[in-house]
Amino acid sequence: MEAIGTLLRLIWELAVYLVTVLPDMLPIILFLATPLALGALCGVLGERSGVVNIGIEGIMLMAAFFGYLTGFALHNVIGSGASLALGIVVAVFVGALLGLVHAWLTVSVRADQIIAGTMMNIAAFGVTGYLNRLIITPSGLGGAGVIAPFHLPDAVGNLPLIGPVLVMFFDQGPIAMSVLFIVIVLQIALFRTKWGLRTRAVGEHPKAADTVGIDVYRQRYQNVIFGCALAGLAGAFLTLESTGSFQNGMTGGRGFIALAAMIFGRWTPLGAFGGALLFGTATALGVVINVRVPEGDLGTVLKSIPTFWYAALPYLMTIVILAGVVGRSTPPAADGVPYIKEGKS
Amino acid sequence: MSRLRSGARQIWQVASIPLLAIVLAFIVAAVVIVVSSLFTSTGFEPLLPLAAYASLLAGAFGSGTGIANTLVAAAPLILGGLAVGLGFKAGLFNIGVAGQFLVGAFSAAVVGANLADAPAAIGVPAAMVAGALGGAAFGFIPGFLKARTGAHEVVTTIMLNNAAVLLLTWAVNDLVRAPGFSFPRTGPIGNSALPILLGRNLHLGIPLAVLTVFAVRWLLDRTTLGFEIRTVGQNPNAARYAGMRPIFITALTMTLSGLLAGVAGAIQMLGVIGFYAPGITASVGFDSIAVALLGRSNPIGILFAAILFGAFRAGAPLMQIETSVPVEVIDIIQALVILFLAADLIVRRVFRIRAPKVEITELKTVTQSWAGTASGTPPP
Repeated sequence: MEAIGTLLRLIWELAVYLVTVLPDMLPIILFLATPLALGALCGVLGERSGVVNIGIEGIMLMAAFFGYLTGFALHNVIGSGASLALGIVVAVFVGALLGLVHAWLTVSVRADQIIAGTMMNIAAFGVTGYLNRLIITPSGLGGAGVIAPFHLPDAVGNLPLIGPVLVMFFDQGPIAMSVLFIVIVLQIALFRTKWGLRTRAVGEHPKAADTVGIDVYRQRYQNVIFGCALAGLAGAFLTLESTGSFQNGMTGGRGFIALAAMIFGRWTPLGAFGGALLFGTATALGVVINVRVPEGDLGTVLKSIPTFWYAALPYLMTIVILAGVVGRSTPPAADGVPYIKEGKS
Repeated sequence: MSRLRSGARQIWQVASIPLLAIVLAFIVAAVVIVVSSLFTSTGFEPLLPLAAYASLLAGAFGSGTGIANTLVAAAPLILGGLAVGLGFKAGLFNIGVAGQFLVGAFSAAVVGANLADAPAAIGVPAAMVAGALGGAAFGFIPGFLKARTGAHEVVTTIMLNNAAVLLLTWAVNDLVRAPGFSFPRTGPIGNSALPILLGRNLHLGIPLAVLTVFAVRWLLDRTTLGFEIRTVGQNPNAARYAGMRPIFITALTMTLSGLLAGVAGAIQMLGVIGFYAPGITASVGFDSIAVALLGRSNPIGILFAAILFGAFRAGAPLMQIETSVPVEVIDIIQALVILFLAADLIVRRVFRIRAPKVEITELKTVTQSWAGTASGTPPP
């Protein structure tokens, strides 16, 4: 009886603690959710048109590397600001280029989509590791640093209630700041425009779409390439806005967590963003609990959980969410199925 | 004579695309090496790929030590390749070999260290079984989740790989850290080490891995379970109508696949590494996928593919030392091999051949189950 009482008290204290730290956590949550959200949007765009892409992880890694390499090579020539901006452009371009490769493999060659994605992940790991060892490590030099985040005036941040929310979305670097905008635009585009209707038609019933004159191949190419450009932006975020350096395999499974966020969000941009925020929160919790240790028994309990468990939390949560959600959400009907136009073999 | 010729033709039909895919991968990787040499201090070196491949070959086969290293590197790849291949047969894609390998290696290291002073006849089997069970348990989780909830193994196994690295690091730091070492690691395995059969490093795990090839072949071709696994892989719905239990087979196959990966970790631990420390990386994970695809998920094919990739891994360090070409070029070659197998159209066009398609048909089930059409509702 006493144990239950203690447990209830701890849960209550945890709730109070979370509410008190939440305002400070919000910007960290969006910061951590940014690459996941962009990756998840890449997944949404592809799968809505019928192309599965498990190579998001690899595309992010490649874009992160080449974005970093651009800043690394040019910051002494054109200054760090310009080289960082150019790095973002390069990363997005690399993402789009790899999207073209994936689209060609899955749409035109009709290679197995899961294997094509696996190939992308291994290739990215190899190419970035290879070039890192060949070019960056022996030079012993650093990169161009990170893009300076924008700071809201304190007066705005101190506003009651909306202050922390404004800080969450605007006290960020340019990529994190643009995520919400991209999500909203894509949500509207996917469900309110001709392009969105075509995308969904191609993903649900390509043959019917073809009969009414929609070019299935073109639509799928477009979506995969554009989606992968967003994954490229996620890569740029990792090296140019977040860490300012490149490590081998630094994406650390984010491309796959993004896929879980996509499934959690039922293949909608807004839902995927929600999923990404959830994973961001799980990660942020591990950070905040170590920085602002709660007082009393709760602090003792939370500190007694090893940091490695907090670090593993997002991965374990992905599994739990997938197991809980998948059976109850329906993917696009033609997801993962190559389309063979009649009369073609 | 004509029988000989038709036999040769049969082998060519099966092996031509995989072999040509490897040739093409080496050609493209050579271009990568030449182009990237432009960005190094030595400048443009058109002959660098030849030098690199020569020392790769020398490192892998050029000496007794080289051949021994190749076989030692091949052993875990044989088991890992079988793990992925067995999954393919049931329409499952186990990308979790890396994690199952680590859990197997860790379990074997802990049990081995505890039985370090026991006779080898007890310590070695006990540590091996621990590794196998650890891997099996870690394979069971995604298998069970896939079977019961439809959570796709491609995502869950990758997440488990990441979680395994972190949780095992914690376990070595806080639970089983051996005293008297300057860094967190498990204790010495003493008598539990796999016996060395020949030379300096040819351990018992190598013949064991080869025997497993034939065991898996027997399982798939000669047993009812193997038949059920293959039927579920070809068509889960048909399997269900025939009275089989796709859900049970899915969970069991994933567990067996994890078991094989766990044994791979155990033989690597007890035959080569000797103790578990954080930072042990498992390139076995990705290598196993390439091996299984190259071997067309056929156990005998996997044996040859594993020896090939074992040779790459064994020869790569010498290549990096002698020619400064980074060892990661092996990963690039691996990805290219998979690319040319997945898109064998490219190989056909380049070499103008008419071999039959090499696709592993069960992969269709893997991809379809992503969207839930294979396990639940019938395809539209």
